[in-house]
Amino acid sequence: MSNGTPSSAGPPRRRVLDAVTGSLSRRYASERRFRLLGRIAVLSGLVFVGSLFLSIILNGYSGFFQTYVKLPVAFEQEALDPEGKRDRAALATADYGALVKKSLQAAFPDVSGRSELRELYGLVSSGAEYQLLDMVEADPSVIGTTRDVWLITSDDFDMLYKGRIDRDVPESDRRVSDRVLGWLDALEKQGAIETRFNWSFFTNGDSREPELAGIGGAVMGSFYTLLVCLVIAFPIGVAAAVYLEEFAPKNRLTDLIEVNINNLAAVPSIVFGLLGLAVLINFFGMPRSAPVVGGLVLALMVLPTIIIAGRASLKSVPPSIREAALGVGASKMQTVFHHVLPLAMPGMMTGMIIGMAHALGETAPLLMIGMVAFVVDVPRGFFDPSTLLPVQIYLWADSPERAFVEKTAAAIIVLLAFLITMNALAVFLRRRFERRW
Amino acid sequence: MNATMDTLSDVVGSTAADVASRSDTMDGLNIRNFGGTVGEITVANPRMRTRSVDVYYGDKHAIKNVSLDIGSNEVIAMIGPSGCGKSTFLRCLNRMNDTVEGCRVTGQIMLDSKDIYDKHMDPVVLRAQVGMVFQKPNPFPKSIYDNVAYGPKIHGIAATRAELDDIVESSLRRAGLWDEVKDRMDQPGTGLSGGQQQRLCIARAIAVSPEVILMDEPCSALDPIATAKIEELIDELRQNYTICIVTHSMQQAARVSQRTAYFHLGDLIEVGETTQIFTNPRHKLTEDYITGRFG
Repeated sequence: MSNGTPSSAGPPRRRVLDAVTGSLSRRYASERRFRLLGRIAVLSGLVFVGSLFLSIILNGYSGFFQTYVKLPVAFEQEALDPEGKRDRAALATADYGALVKKSLQAAFPDVSGRSELRELYGLVSSGAEYQLLDMVEADPSVIGTTRDVWLITSDDFDMLYKGRIDRDVPESDRRVSDRVLGWLDALEKQGAIETRFNWSFFTNGDSREPELAGIGGAVMGSFYTLLVCLVIAFPIGVAAAVYLEEFAPKNRLTDLIEVNINNLAAVPSIVFGLLGLAVLINFFGMPRSAPVVGGLVLALMVLPTIIIAGRASLKSVPPSIREAALGVGASKMQTVFHHVLPLAMPGMMTGMIIGMAHALGETAPLLMIGMVAFVVDVPRGFFDPSTLLPVQIYLWADSPERAFVEKTAAAIIVLLAFLITMNALAVFLRRRFERRW
Repeated sequence: MNATMDTLSDVVGSTAADVASRSDTMDGLNIRNFGGTVGEITVANPRMRTRSVDVYYGDKHAIKNVSLDIGSNEVIAMIGPSGCGKSTFLRCLNRMNDTVEGCRVTGQIMLDSKDIYDKHMDPVVLRAQVGMVFQKPNPFPKSIYDNVAYGPKIHGIAATRAELDDIVESSLRRAGLWDEVKDRMDQPGTGLSGGQQQRLCIARAIAVSPEVILMDEPCSALDPIATAKIEELIDELRQNYTICIVTHSMQQAARVSQRTAYFHLGDLIEVGETTQIFTNPRHKLTEDYITGRFG
């Protein structure tokens, strides 16, 4: 050796030790740097997600509440049922709007003039008359009496009471006039104004009036659509995954199919929407805006995800299990269905749920098949026109009324809650049924 | 199968010609010759007979012209360095190689005078007759009972539940596991210790009453005590079954087997009585291997 040490095959020990200790601090420093970078990355990610959630929640929580005013309403016999027959059809067509207007006038008798009166009538939502109709239909004996009724307020008044309309800006720049501010203060002094939890937000369909608009129709639309999607995509996806992974010969054709399934997963979702429009609606003549078409399109969209996840979970079943089953004389089919598939199922379910969550949040393909529609009625089946939660959010985000801002955010909260629940379910399934070998 | 080799005499005839071309690898001591193998490949009462078996994995020639008889109620050990083809040969005996992509087997393998690679032979039927125990214990992630009962169930061997219970119990008894697990039959088989798992796998294999049990390094994942138990078990099982065992441990081969076959790079180099192989190997490669000069 160079230093002349006999029987030494490498550099002298001393020098090796010096080199190792000399480089130690550098190695540790680089490790510390890397850890720091990692922490910064994670932290900034958390900050972004946190601020996103915070802004949505701050914007949206008030969307779950609605302002009501208490007004004494006189259910006049001659206005509602002049003949006194209590005929349901006649009662249903009576002018309840006039009752609301009269009670508003009674509450603020000093208001006069057309424009001022119109402003006064604007305090209460146009939906208030249906409240009165419901009362009369539920109990016709209210006719002829005067009752204190909590009436749903208009969106502007609601926004003002919730503080979403700034009272300090000059009247000319404000959505509501100083008079309305005065009425609000007067009502508040009487204790005739309060906010309540907005149950109808979850049951109503869409509406042009923000205070009446709800996600009920969109949630049901999403439910029917996802049901169709699930019923179609899951069996087909699992069958395709099992066949491709366990039974198909490995040749050019199956390679090509595999490549194309992977490509399909990357196809922009709007293309699937075009397919739905061209084939399902134009060629097969299926109804527009219907959950069945949406479900079919979304099923096409999530199929690759389910197949890929299914194949991955089939692959992760150790070959020793297959050999064990084949070794005692199980046929290929028995091996797959008795042993491999049950073990792969949790992984497949996870893939399926993630696919469903993906489908739940999808908007673009639905644009193409007419599901971006103003649908007031809550859909009752797979062929009713309907809209979906993300599409509803898109529609509301497009609306000019101030009150739709909080409705949009509230709908986003609901959508996120569904997505988080589904993903949590996927994690739970994975943990619960995970097998160790 | 190789259609040109219909009868055994054809095979013998063709291999005789082969011997001449391979005589350079031999020391001239062999009495009869199949594919250059030294020693007596035939036995008086064969359960399985293989003749001129070649196995290819794609282009790789993994087994070269191997002919070997496996006698009834004997334990035959297959030894050899890693990659010599002993496991491949073993897996030909119950057609487990069918599942390997690109694997091709030619030659003749007979089980009780039936060609197992015949197109009329169903691998399911074959594997019910030729059971297998694998290198790593691989119980199903199911209960101990279900592990053993699975084979009889799929083959419809037991008509009643009681009959099935009997099969499970007797299989576990034969595998020497009954006393250890009789109180926890519904617990998962994967919860047992490694040695117990391997005995469970043996119980699972014998539950379908096979004629032959193939064991592919059954003790390589076990500690010496569990290994001793399995070896004891193999000796007992010889009363009722024919056992082919692949092992890396020459001591194990010497302890459990009556005959030993030495494989080298896909060739069956030498086969003979175990005592003869270990005390008086006739081929240079066998001698080098068992004396630890390579392997």
